[in-house]
Amino acid sequence: MKISRGEVILGRAFLLLMMLITVLPFISIFTTALYPSGTIPDGLSWPDNPQWGNFITAFKVANMSTLLKSSLSIVLMVVPIALLISTMAAFAIGQLRIPGANFLLFLFVFGLTLPMGGIIVPLYYMERAIGIYNTRFAIALPLIALYMPFSVYWMRTHFVNMPYEITEAAQVDGANTWDLFWRIHLPLAQAPITSLGILMSVWTWNQFLLALVLVENPAHRTMAGALGAFQGHYANDVPLLCAGTIVVLVPTLVIFVIFQRQIISAMLQGAIKG
Amino acid sequence: MPVSKKSIMKSKLKSDNSPVASSLSRRNSSNGIRRETIIGWLFVLPALAFYLFFVIFPLIMSVRYSFFNWNGINEMTFVGLKNYITVFKVPNLFGTIINAFQLVIYFSVFPVGIGLLIASIIHRVASGKFGEIARTILFLPQIIPLVAAGIIWGWLLSSSGLVNEILRGLGLDAITRAWLGDFTWALPAVGFIGVWVLLGFCTLLLVTGINKIDPSLYESARIDGATWWNEFTSITIPLLKNEIGVCLTVTVTNALAAFDIVYVTTAGGPGNATSVPGVQIYILAFTQQRIGLASALAVLLMIMVLIVVIPIQLLSKESA
Repeated sequence: MKISRGEVILGRAFLLLMMLITVLPFISIFTTALYPSGTIPDGLSWPDNPQWGNFITAFKVANMSTLLKSSLSIVLMVVPIALLISTMAAFAIGQLRIPGANFLLFLFVFGLTLPMGGIIVPLYYMERAIGIYNTRFAIALPLIALYMPFSVYWMRTHFVNMPYEITEAAQVDGANTWDLFWRIHLPLAQAPITSLGILMSVWTWNQFLLALVLVENPAHRTMAGALGAFQGHYANDVPLLCAGTIVVLVPTLVIFVIFQRQIISAMLQGAIKG
Repeated sequence: MPVSKKSIMKSKLKSDNSPVASSLSRRNSSNGIRRETIIGWLFVLPALAFYLFFVIFPLIMSVRYSFFNWNGINEMTFVGLKNYITVFKVPNLFGTIINAFQLVIYFSVFPVGIGLLIASIIHRVASGKFGEIARTILFLPQIIPLVAAGIIWGWLLSSSGLVNEILRGLGLDAITRAWLGDFTWALPAVGFIGVWVLLGFCTLLLVTGINKIDPSLYESARIDGATWWNEFTSITIPLLKNEIGVCLTVTVTNALAAFDIVYVTTAGGPGNATSVPGVQIYILAFTQQRIGLASALAVLLMIMVLIVVIPIQLLSKESA
């Protein structure tokens, strides 16, 4: 190794600078959140009289407890259904290789880079027509559908790489297709299913556009959707806005700290496969 | 390991349905094959139904709406390509497309470029604990909602925010301003937020790529006294084409389809300085009730994404 000491120091200093730029915004909104509500504080200085109560006020006015329940119920509706049906489809396409598998794969992959803005307007009128606009299904059902391209593609990569002998052996033994899927292939697919579940939970939690357009009451939206509404109301009260943002971010950050390895690796693998 | 697991399952299944087994394996007729096909398609059906109903159908409706004049309530009137012509003719609408491509430069070129730099530095001088901490911290912006990123930076870039405070501290009072309210600087400012969000993602993806490169390549280069720059240009970049392609695909899609950050920080303003297709579609459809025009822009947005993403995919896959 012929790396000079100067280079090591220089390189690490640069990394530190980059980390600082990443973290400073979080620190700044934290100190800002402690200023008296309604004042316009300075960027990074510690307040003379920190107002810890701002967090409680934000928690109350943002209706956090209802919001947490609503976000959680959307995640709990979307993620299990999306996982199950995408895994089933990917199993048929990648492992059973049903006739038409290539066409189906193409059809799903076509939707991979589809911008949500491309379909949001018809979705709104459709939901009004079928009566799910502004209900608990308004965000969940389209989200499940929007996750299909990625999740089918992701799970198919797993099933395509599973040796077909497993399927053949089970079929010779007389397993029907459901048994084959549920009892043999599903347990073997735990790792990619877990990563996919983590990814879809984060995406759902952070979903903004669907929530904004399809649900009027912010308390029935996702976390991100509600935060958008909160900003609309308190745009001029910077300390309270910052406190509200932190309150909304805390659950996400806690989850990230606990599952950081899984989240990071799932997101990276997801990008490579997608 | 898989063998034992498999055999356990096999025997379990055998005991479960052995009478059915013999009857099934004997029936090898076309009838049986057709039945298997039907069952296979039944597995795909739920996913397909959701996808067709909530994605493909609205997509087709977008195309259909784009040929009509409609306010969402009254009768629709067919206007042919008029909405598309309007998008290209009206500067405020066509400007959104120009802005989207400008955002591509900020959202893609900077995160990938700086990401490459950081990734190679981590690989060269921080392969241990320090590098790991750096990676985790840099990834942080990627997991928070874009709305939160928008709110945070909306405050930091305001006239009394942190960015200006730092500039004043450096004696640069002359250039302080309300960045997101400035006609010239608003779009670069929004672009900068995109860099902050996407940098960690690109960096980590590229670090994973670098770690896959055969270390002996770097070792022999170092024995020959290669500088960081030599390593970077003749080993790192050429062997990371695939990862760079993935980064570009993700970041370009994010830039063209941008909505959350722009909506929260500037809502397209000042004037139309930061207006992008996503935000303009929202405004046209839900505040101005011009559904046809909004849909024409939506169709163009989808085409734009495909036109840009397909070549990137082909190029990076080809060389891999």
